[in-house]
Amino acid sequence: MFAYIVRRLLYAIPILIGVNLLTFYLFFVVNSPDDMARMHLGMKRVTPEAIEKWKASHGYDKPLLLNSEAHALDKLTDTIFFEKSLKLFVFDFGYSDDGRDISYDIGQRMMPSLAIAIPSLLIGLMVNITFALLMAFFRGTYIDISGVILCVVLMSISAMFYIIGGQYLLAKLLRLMPISGFDSGLIALKFILLPVVISVVSGIGSGARWYRTFFLEEAGKDYVRTARAKGLSESLVLFRHILRNALIPIVTGVVVLLPLLFMGSLLLESFFAIPGLGSYTIDAINNQDFAIVRVMVFLGSVLYIIGLILVDISYTIVDPRVRLT
Amino acid sequence: MMPVILWTDALIFLLAAVVIVFVIYARSKPHLRAPWYRVFTGRIAAGSVVVLLAFVVTGLLDSVHFRLRLENNGNHNANHYSGEVLSILDVLLGPIRTRVEKTYSAPFATHLFAKETIELDDGTKVRDYPRLHYGGQHLPDSGEGKWQDILQRSLLAISEALLASALILYATAALLGRRTARSAREMVLAIWRRETGLPWRTLLTITTLLLLLFFLVLNLASAFHVLGTDKVGQDVFYLTLKSIRTGLVIGTLTTLIMLPFAIFLGIVAGYARGWIDDVVQYIYTTLNSIPGVLLIAASILMLQVYIGNHPEYFETTVERADIRLLFLCIILGITSWTGLCRLLRGESLKLREAEYIQAAVSFGVAHGKIITRHILPNVMHVVLITVVLDFSGLVLAEAVLSYVGVGVDPTMNSWGNMINSARLEMAREPVVWWSLLSAFLFMFVLVLAANLFADAVRDAFDPRTRAR
Repeated sequence: MFAYIVRRLLYAIPILIGVNLLTFYLFFVVNSPDDMARMHLGMKRVTPEAIEKWKASHGYDKPLLLNSEAHALDKLTDTIFFEKSLKLFVFDFGYSDDGRDISYDIGQRMMPSLAIAIPSLLIGLMVNITFALLMAFFRGTYIDISGVILCVVLMSISAMFYIIGGQYLLAKLLRLMPISGFDSGLIALKFILLPVVISVVSGIGSGARWYRTFFLEEAGKDYVRTARAKGLSESLVLFRHILRNALIPIVTGVVVLLPLLFMGSLLLESFFAIPGLGSYTIDAINNQDFAIVRVMVFLGSVLYIIGLILVDISYTIVDPRVRLT
Repeated sequence: MMPVILWTDALIFLLAAVVIVFVIYARSKPHLRAPWYRVFTGRIAAGSVVVLLAFVVTGLLDSVHFRLRLENNGNHNANHYSGEVLSILDVLLGPIRTRVEKTYSAPFATHLFAKETIELDDGTKVRDYPRLHYGGQHLPDSGEGKWQDILQRSLLAISEALLASALILYATAALLGRRTARSAREMVLAIWRRETGLPWRTLLTITTLLLLLFFLVLNLASAFHVLGTDKVGQDVFYLTLKSIRTGLVIGTLTTLIMLPFAIFLGIVAGYARGWIDDVVQYIYTTLNSIPGVLLIAASILMLQVYIGNHPEYFETTVERADIRLLFLCIILGITSWTGLCRLLRGESLKLREAEYIQAAVSFGVAHGKIITRHILPNVMHVVLITVVLDFSGLVLAEAVLSYVGVGVDPTMNSWGNMINSARLEMAREPVVWWSLLSAFLFMFVLVLAANLFADAVRDAFDPRTRAR
């Protein structure tokens, strides 16, 4: 087990290097730092001096890969690639284009993101499993068929519409909760409620339908037939046998998402003005803050890889037949 | 008139040609015809195909672009063309496109949505809702008799639609009757009793509904703004129709662009194994590990910088928006091909152990030939299912990306841009709801039809579900 995890972590290194090279290529080779400076300072009538000044103040004034003017080791380290890309590996994120410390901002914004993401995930999971179980219990009847059709209908509605419609209906018309905003401590609860409700509702369609297929797949297996042949009641079969085994793919599907919860939800956070990492990313994209986008790309891939490793580990926990070698 | 062939136009027609060739080819092959027949015998799937076809026709009409010639002023030697790029759909919708009001107006309104200071003929000024320039112009200024007029037009539309669908019903029955040597009357009854192989009753019902909508719009849109007008007074119905093409392009071209890579790399990785497999796996794990939205955002930001620095490449704003759309498709393709590639790799790993492949290998058939002759046809169902399933997700993704600011060009008509602007409109008092509603309705119908169709295709082609 331990050796397996170490090997997987080592395997993650080339992937992260690949991500790093790709972002480096996208951000510094496709467009030179000069282009970026011009973009930030406004397209028209930019003096070369202004560009140089902008580049110098943001640390983009070095050569890309090899600094031939520097001495010895500095030849490699005093470059944009080293300063901006390689330092990500030690989680030294540097400063955003408007001069803020990115690591500090990320630390500040992680909690609000989690405050939304974790309840949405847990409640959503329970709701989806309940609906899917209901459909599986009544499989083949009209309840099941209309449930599936309802799921397809819910799936076909854009997430944007759930948010705008939910905000309008629940917050503006019925005035049940504030439209948007965030606060610290327990007061935050009333701000969290609406985004969580909307995120759960918008996830029912695809989630419940997907889980239903897991349940039906298990329901067709031999051990289920054996259980029925023993004379167990249908509900006992469903809860004791089918649910437990169908939870394996469900749990592992959730585990891969866990680390990415830190990144927050782009849509929810920006619509509800929640100061989390999702709205941080959106703001960075809108302000064309390349430094932040670059960091978020790197952070996202690190979390994704952690998620993949967690999936493998969780397999061994929930399913004793799986052994990692 | 100067034809303008945009990049996406060319690709869309290429795709249409491929589909037509495939249909002709599939008709002659029983093993391809059978599953497709199974798809179309489902009532839900058949109905959604009709709806999808209506969307596709609108999209295709909107994909033939040209620029009108300007009137020559004295200089007879040179032809000048308008900077505005039009499509056939624009021409067909003619008046709806050009009749622009001042600002917001509700559906079927005769007056603007907001009060303004109006100067009367005698010089006094009042604050009132000004009259629309075009909407309900044939009515008296007070807007009296509006609903009566709408009712009259609707009744006319309903009768026209019923007449048209009766004609279509008769024509279909006559055609079907000729094949089975039955009279048209018998055939109409057979269709009504659902005694036909294909669910003709459902097909014709959906067609009637679509015809009804068509005639309603035809009769009403000439006199009113059926879905209101937006902030700059453009007809929302026109904008929504124009957005269809954007949605379709994103949904189809993305997969078209990614297919060659996914198929080639996936099959080669599974078939060759060894270091090739490692490399392909490395490539897709790396791409997959970058959060999709962020990769798209990063690439689109870079494209923006590039376009901003090279304005000379693009003659019109439409061309610039088109390049961005194409690039968006490419980027979406890059982020979404990994799933298909992994599936294909797994599938060909399994297939290469199959007896018939082993036989081909021992006969000394070249690797290239084994892949194209034996493996490719046997993984095509995976490709087809993925393509159809991805479509609706991509249409939905467009809206989200446009909201984030990395979607299609802001000047391009798209549901995403409409929903995006609706966000501010919903905060107004009283609420401007019609842009959001119309974008939502069109998008919902398209995505729902695509989802239902995709389910039917998956059930018909997936060997696992076929066994049940």
